[in-house]
Amino acid sequence: MSAVMTLVERELLRFFRQRNRVAGAIIQPVIFWILFSAGFKNSFSPGGTGTYPQFLLPGMASLIVLFTAIFSTISIIRDRGEGFLQGVLVAPVSRLSIVWGKVLGGTILAVLQASLFLLLGAVVGHTMGPLELLASIGVLGLMAVGLTGLGFLIAWPMDSIQGYHAIMSVFLFPMWLLSGAIFPIDNLDTWFGVLVYANPLTYGVAALRHAAGLGGNLSPLLCLSVTAGFAALMLVLCARSARRPAKGDLR
Amino acid sequence: MVNAVEVSALTHRYGERTALDGVDLQVGAGEIFGLLGPNGGGKTTLFRILSTLLKPTEGSTRVCGHDPVSEAQLVRRAIGVVFQSPSLDLKLTARENLKHHGHLYGLSGEELRQRTDEMLGRVGLSERANEYTEDFSGGLRRRVELAKGLLHQPRLLLLDEPSTGLDPGARRDVWTYLEELRDKEGVTSFLTTHLMEEAEKCDRLALLDEGKLVAVGTPNELKARIGGDIITVEAEDATALQGAVRERFELDGQVVDDTLRIERADGHRFVPQLVEAFADGIESVSLGKPTLEDVFVQLTGHRFWSEPE
Repeated sequence: MSAVMTLVERELLRFFRQRNRVAGAIIQPVIFWILFSAGFKNSFSPGGTGTYPQFLLPGMASLIVLFTAIFSTISIIRDRGEGFLQGVLVAPVSRLSIVWGKVLGGTILAVLQASLFLLLGAVVGHTMGPLELLASIGVLGLMAVGLTGLGFLIAWPMDSIQGYHAIMSVFLFPMWLLSGAIFPIDNLDTWFGVLVYANPLTYGVAALRHAAGLGGNLSPLLCLSVTAGFAALMLVLCARSARRPAKGDLR
Repeated sequence: MVNAVEVSALTHRYGERTALDGVDLQVGAGEIFGLLGPNGGGKTTLFRILSTLLKPTEGSTRVCGHDPVSEAQLVRRAIGVVFQSPSLDLKLTARENLKHHGHLYGLSGEELRQRTDEMLGRVGLSERANEYTEDFSGGLRRRVELAKGLLHQPRLLLLDEPSTGLDPGARRDVWTYLEELRDKEGVTSFLTTHLMEEAEKCDRLALLDEGKLVAVGTPNELKARIGGDIITVEAEDATALQGAVRERFELDGQVVDDTLRIERADGHRFVPQLVEAFADGIESVSLGKPTLEDVFVQLTGHRFWSEPE
């Protein structure tokens, strides 16, 4: 078994052994979905077809991907502090395998949870055919690689979990809020629009909406290219970052 | 046979601070070699360089014949590393930890299963192989860590403070394994320590202080550097006593932290003379065979524990 696969296996084993993590990862987005739907139902008209809860479905699936990416990569900091990572770093394993192990592990968990969540659309009258489900899984996979990669880049040089939490609140979570996950992205103010259109996650959420058969006003090709490009860029940057030693190793 | 470790003119700086300063060192194959020094003396830096975690600033390093920077993968294959804080995944069982580790080293299938069983048996954990390491004591975790470090049959074992946090029984066990490995398989152990009792058990030792190597040799060779017995005198004014002793007995003592240390053959005959001569100024006198700590004090001019642990 290759180094990448064993790192992925460990990632999955850890996830399923921590029951509260399994529960939290699924229950929280469902609660958000119900509450946002109830609160915003009358404020937004999503445009095109569909109701607000349907519109929100891919947005919440993208939040699941983001949360899973954060939880997977925050463990890099803990693994470094506790010593597990050092054991991997002195093993005859390339740094790239370490990146892939982490990113693939996080991606599998994210896609699994988010696609299960998308199936809940049936409750609000949106059922997906096999093709739509497959396309959604593909888009979720690309989004997850990009976001887990982004999380890796943040976590790798860091030596405190608190520091990561700070970045999560001021950067990662706002990134999701600005992605059109919870509101339609037409008729936006200039400065706000600039932020939304500059946000790579905007294109991921829009791509997922297309894939799930819920339409949207951005071109599917553009959405898919930006999402794939962002994932590729993150992988390249992670591979570069992983070659450098981190502050936490020198304590 | 290739030396397990060869280091010459090795220097490492963290920014302005020099952690290692021109260290030269050879460790032969099949020795248990100890790096003894106070905390902050540079031991961990050297350990990190040898285990490929840190690039040295200057100098050349060879581990099992390879350069840990340019040939890191070859070095990593040849070494087993036992960290001070065990590199275990506590959510995995002992067996799963070993399996995972084996995969990282390219072991798999029947071979891996056999090695895992063998190592678990060797560290006495066969019975508890399927328990989560989370539930293990520090001593048991260190044993799993040791089994991990040995799983891929390394030629050189690097151990960072292997006894720290272990009870005396567990310490003895670790040493039994190291000696067994040396005797049966010719495995070299290179360990860092700040414990004198541990250093005494090494085949050879290097004393490291403030980034400089102050002495290398077997524990007996190092202790033989001190001529005879060590007499330690606590006095109200150790410096004045030092002068008086020099005048009266023509002996150069060393003042360390308000105590006067004197080396002298046949110390038991000298003590009565000393006490008689300076009865008033002396608070206490102790006489002992030289220890590694005495060697350290003599060579560096300061106590081993110059700052609290």
